[in-house]
Amino acid sequence: MKVLVAVKRVVDPSVRVRAKQDGSGVDLANVKMSINPFDEVALEQAVRLKEAGVASEVVAVSIGVREAQETLRTALAMGADRAILLEVLEGQRDIEPLSVAKLLAALVGQEQPRLVLVGKQAIDNDMNATGQMLAGLLGWAQATYASKLELAGDSAVTTQEVDGGLRKVKLKLPAVVSVDLRLNEPRYASLMNIMKAKKKPLDVKSAADFGIDVAPRLTVLKTYEPAGRKAGTKLASVDDLIQKLKSGLEVS
Amino acid sequence: MAVLLIGAVADGQLVLDTTARAAAAARQLGEVTLLIMSPNADTAAAAAAEIDEVSNVLVCEHSSFGHDMAEASAAAIVSLAPNYSHVVGPTTSAAKSILPRVAALLDVMLISDVIRIHDQATFDRPVYAGSAIQTIKSRDLVKVLTVRTSAFQAAGRNGVAEIERVHAVEDPGLSEWIEDNIAVVDRPELTSARIVVSGGRGVGSQDSFSAITRLADSLGAAVGASRAAVDAGYAPNDWQIGQTGKIVAPDVYVAIGISGAIQHLAGMKDSKVIIAINKDEEAPIFQIADYGLVADLFEVVPELTERLNGSR
Ligand SMILES: Cc1cc2nc3c(=O)[nH]c(=O)nc-3n(C[C@H](O)[C@H](O)[C@H](O)COP(=O)(O)OP(=O)(O)OC[C@H]3O[C@@H](n4cnc5c(N)ncnc54)[C@H](O)[C@@H]3O)c2cc1C
Repeated sequence: MKVLVAVKRVVDPSVRVRAKQDGSGVDLANVKMSINPFDEVALEQAVRLKEAGVASEVVAVSIGVREAQETLRTALAMGADRAILLEVLEGQRDIEPLSVAKLLAALVGQEQPRLVLVGKQAIDNDMNATGQMLAGLLGWAQATYASKLELAGDSAVTTQEVDGGLRKVKLKLPAVVSVDLRLNEPRYASLMNIMKAKKKPLDVKSAADFGIDVAPRLTVLKTYEPAGRKAGTKLASVDDLIQKLKSGLEVS
Repeated sequence: MAVLLIGAVADGQLVLDTTARAAAAARQLGEVTLLIMSPNADTAAAAAAEIDEVSNVLVCEHSSFGHDMAEASAAAIVSLAPNYSHVVGPTTSAAKSILPRVAALLDVMLISDVIRIHDQATFDRPVYAGSAIQTIKSRDLVKVLTVRTSAFQAAGRNGVAEIERVHAVEDPGLSEWIEDNIAVVDRPELTSARIVVSGGRGVGSQDSFSAITRLADSLGAAVGASRAAVDAGYAPNDWQIGQTGKIVAPDVYVAIGISGAIQHLAGMKDSKVIIAINKDEEAPIFQIADYGLVADLFEVVPELTERLNGSR
């Protein structure tokens, strides 16, 4: 069974992102970029499925600018068999989840995987949409926030993290599963595997060749910093704390 | 403008606070029709009809709706969507799973986690774990959005909306519910509580997390946790606050043994008053806390609980 994993190149989670003063966006000059942490979990799961003999091939795909090749090399070093970049132009850094889902759907048509794994959200736009959109476009079953995933015959059983706790659901394959961080702990790629990854196939295709309109539906008018909070007072004792607790509840 | 609002239903009951907050947001966009999807929707529909700002309640019953199965729910919503300019849901795990699918089927872009509505097409939403806010304008014909409930005041409960029944379209039968593992607790709901007491990795173990829950109970508070505390198994997943957990904005938020990572702050920094207890005076949480106590939580939390219980 072939598994397709979608990975996105995003600002590293340790970077403190700031809005530019002029409201034109966030300042991303020279910041560290990484594989989206949720996608890393998705990829790790696919590799484990392969190691367990359930998946036959793991294909990592990214939609992004040329530099996203680095992200795909990371995926290959972690254990993906091959990678595909659907390259977009420099001016199209922010391809919306709807367009990403359409491109992925087209690629699914070519690659015919039985399972697509994605991260539940990208930590840049925090949209939490691509997996569900892809499942909708394909007419496939979907699971979101998976913290457990088992494949058995023609179905996938997932445990999902929902508002009240956990929910177990069985999906007919083919399916799209969006994963949560607690699904697994991604491995570090060994130096040897990083070297090996350089020889694995990385196919670069032009996203434009798919003939899909990727023009954004949402225009960003302005980007600004949220109202900040200031450091307050240090308290001397539990007594003080009780008093502040009480007044905090009274004034509001 | 006509808005189709997806009501929050759990266990056959309307999740009132969540739905009432979403209703207040939806009303800013137009006349609100509240959709109740449930296997047995009567009780929830009756409660829904009382929410101010709701003009009509649509009841759609199907066995698969009890567990928020996205494929069947999305199909039902899509079949109703042609009559509306907006499809709106609260930021519940159910709506966050269903509405992107709806948006794709309608060929429109989802707008998630809206915190402010400027006009019919223009919205504010946080990005980068709340480090920045974007004002965005949609050019889609139908707008599909989720609204962050903590950013809107709940509508009142003096309404008398009409209730109407609609038929569910056929369930595509792609997925099947197996079981829920959902704890019933008699504490307030995290997203609507006035006080939230949260514990982090500093709490050290599942056993010692009871110090946090006891303090919460002495205050009538909901209990939250950092991701580190959940990952370590001290607290269940649905207590996680943050970028990838729940978003809360209570009157008072008490962070105990939590360092204050940006991903945690994303879920609580709009609280009115933030109180932090941490033994490290350099902990970043103190940079945003209104009141900080530099102390060992194992000493001060039990003392605090005892004093609060005693003073009642
Ligand atoms: C993609 C991504 C998403 C994430 N999403 C979330 C999220 O939704 N929510 C979230 O919370 N995190 C999230 N995180 C994790 C986040 O980055 C932090 O790792 C996490 O919040 C740390 O939790 P903590 O503060 O409990 O632990 P630590 O950072 O380890 O802090 C523990 C604190 O406890 C204090 N302490 C220790 N012992 C005591 C004592 N005896 N008395 C008093 N204080 C004590 C220490 O001084 C320290 O400040 C995410 C990370 C990533 C990469």
